[in-house]
Amino acid sequence: MNRRDSIRSLFLGSMAGGLALESCVSAPEEVINEKIWQYQYGRTPKEAARDEALLGQQYFENTELNTITRLANLILPPTPEGTVEEAGVPEFIEFMAKDFPGLQTPIRGGLMWLDSYSNRIFGTDFIHSTEDQQHQILDQIAFPDPNTSNQKQEVQFFSLMRNLVMTGYFTSAVGIKELGYKGNQPNVWDGVPDDVLKDHGMSYDASWMPKFVDQSKRNDQAVWDDEGNLIS
Amino acid sequence: MQIIENEKKYDVVIVGSGAGGGMATKVLADSGLKVAVIEAGPFFDPANPAQQTQLKWPHESPRRGAGTTRAFGEFDMAYGGWEIEGEPYNQIGDSQFDWFRSRMLGGRTNHWGRISLRFGPRDFKGKDRDGLGENWPIGYEDIKPYYDKVDKLIGVFGSKEGMYNEPDGYFLPAPKPRLHELYYKKGAEKAGVKVMPSRLSILTKRINNERGICFYCSQCSRSCSVYGDFSAGSCLIFPAQKSGGQVDLYVNSMVREVTTNDEGKATGVLYIDKEDRKEYRVSGKVVVLAASACSTARILLNSKSPQHPNGLGNSSNMVGKYVHDSTGSDRMAFVPDMMNRKRYNEDGVGGMHLYSPWWLDNKKLDFPRGYHIEVWGGLGMPSYGSGFDPNSLNKYLGLKVGGYGNGLREDVKKFYGSVMGMSGRGESIASVDNYCEIDPTTVDEFGIPVLRFNYSWSDYERKQAKHMHDTFEEIIHNMGGVVLGDKPGKDKDYGLLNPGRIIHEVGTTRMGSDPKKSVVNEFEQLHDVDNVFVVDAGPFVSQADKNPTWTILALSWRTSEFIIEQLKKQNI
Repeated sequence: MNRRDSIRSLFLGSMAGGLALESCVSAPEEVINEKIWQYQYGRTPKEAARDEALLGQQYFENTELNTITRLANLILPPTPEGTVEEAGVPEFIEFMAKDFPGLQTPIRGGLMWLDSYSNRIFGTDFIHSTEDQQHQILDQIAFPDPNTSNQKQEVQFFSLMRNLVMTGYFTSAVGIKELGYKGNQPNVWDGVPDDVLKDHGMSYDASWMPKFVDQSKRNDQAVWDDEGNLIS
Repeated sequence: MQIIENEKKYDVVIVGSGAGGGMATKVLADSGLKVAVIEAGPFFDPANPAQQTQLKWPHESPRRGAGTTRAFGEFDMAYGGWEIEGEPYNQIGDSQFDWFRSRMLGGRTNHWGRISLRFGPRDFKGKDRDGLGENWPIGYEDIKPYYDKVDKLIGVFGSKEGMYNEPDGYFLPAPKPRLHELYYKKGAEKAGVKVMPSRLSILTKRINNERGICFYCSQCSRSCSVYGDFSAGSCLIFPAQKSGGQVDLYVNSMVREVTTNDEGKATGVLYIDKEDRKEYRVSGKVVVLAASACSTARILLNSKSPQHPNGLGNSSNMVGKYVHDSTGSDRMAFVPDMMNRKRYNEDGVGGMHLYSPWWLDNKKLDFPRGYHIEVWGGLGMPSYGSGFDPNSLNKYLGLKVGGYGNGLREDVKKFYGSVMGMSGRGESIASVDNYCEIDPTTVDEFGIPVLRFNYSWSDYERKQAKHMHDTFEEIIHNMGGVVLGDKPGKDKDYGLLNPGRIIHEVGTTRMGSDPKKSVVNEFEQLHDVDNVFVVDAGPFVSQADKNPTWTILALSWRTSEFIIEQLKKQNI
């Protein structure tokens, strides 16, 4: 058994019988296996079983997913840096609705509102209206009233979708690259770069310098004198 | 259903594998004793690829790090949380105590903040200072040699500061502060708040050949795969096994009670194997409880026998009493000078590189005891929630909030790294009216009666939280920042978090020389039963404005030496 197979069996073995779930469309087994394989990151057997069950269901109808995808593209239109599809935003929103069922009704209801409103104003549902018409609708709901904490339903719905799209994008590989996050890899921290310090008018106190790690000696085993002074 | 007897006889049966249990395992096994460690959760090794979350990206998960299954986000290395399915606990009246449990080898040490502070001389004698609570029966001088040994064995970075109540130790060198920490230093020092390098049990320098050195990924909360931070499994239990110690691990084993004989002495423990759901008995000459303050109290209270009708070690009626957590309150700041930051890898160690120890004299204040300030922020890895309200900070710049389109990308990039926060963590006063006890109406899924809590804060803690917010606001103002959110008022207990939220609960089996007023003696030995010891935070008389782990470790080492000596002398 290679590593891939053993992790796969870790996921699958624990979940026999966990797939029959209520009222949701079940995906074919190969599709589930493929999805599970995408995700391997230290789950307990119970967590992995839960994930497998969720990944095996579909909550949103395909038409709803199309509207979510369109909405996501209006919130973050494609650029050379990355698209919401490359960031897996629609799949992420589909998953979150199952992972956190409290999202289901606000999103489904909001999508319905979007179509009703579009039908009323433009005589066609949201996804079939023109881009200009879609912008006109969003202009009504994308700016929360700064003077109230009780935003209207459609405004709350759009804020929720914007949050999910933004977080979905900026937690994706393309989004993280665009943001410019440089970490999550082995390195040696030796302080804020000099030019940054200078830009911010900051410096490291001379009196503090002896307290800091001399990274050239990080591999030398620590030795102290009797007073607790590090001498290696 | 029959109880299944384990044939093996142990010198010591240890319940729990966190800081206290891990240290007892190491010291007792190293001395040649035969040890059984009973852990309620599964085996865990941060180096095991199937369990590892360190260095995973948010997009390796379908929920991008959201906390649906783990309270601090799904990459956090605590199997459990404030709520665990099948393991309820209850409240008395309108009490709101939140009880965090982590069910795994190493317990909560796999995810904790690694803040490793010694209690100072004043911390052991609080009553002498203000007449509140109780003094410890021991002082700093009793525990200092053990703090020294813990520093050298486990490793802690810090700096020698020569402050009386923040005793120096054997420190590894500290990492340089991050940018937002320099802003904090500037603002805090202007407000007269002392700032110094933090003290975390993370290896900034080699300490031995078994453990790796920190490679600055900032993910200690995920438990380090090269053992560069302190977790009880990787730094105490595995080394005890590797050096030839006789250590048997019983995982997924939920202890119900300590068993006793006709003389009332402990003979071992009864546990439920979570896999086959059968009851087992494992016996030993000595039982060491390290299940965490509240779990240990629960086990003792559930260990009723004709010899101990009120529960084991509870002739004083003190088991479960005086439970107390640290006070805690937080505030965030937006620092316009930190907008549009140049990007570089600012991960650093897992946690803050500097902090503020308690710096004031209570004689001039309207509350007793103090708090320390933790600092957070920086160019961290995005996770679920990053990008929410992408431009809400625009309101401080006179710009439009909300909208859609690619301007949002620029907003997120503009504000990245410009928000930071502060957390006050302080000392509460232990009170006999704050307690946990067995709830006769409820059992967990293993049939074990559960705890119910009665806990309320007093004005001592509320006034301290109010002071925290006054301080935070002054510091934020001094560093040119904008305070985010409204100042929590009296109706919100000045922002004081629920007890249990800081996860420093201690005091349920408190230490004392009077068996009528305390549960264990200064060697953490039950007054009532000489072969039962408690080495978690239960014996803490008071919590100090420090994190409890370093003191749990030092006391557990001291107690373990006492056990070895007593066994040699055949006293127990």
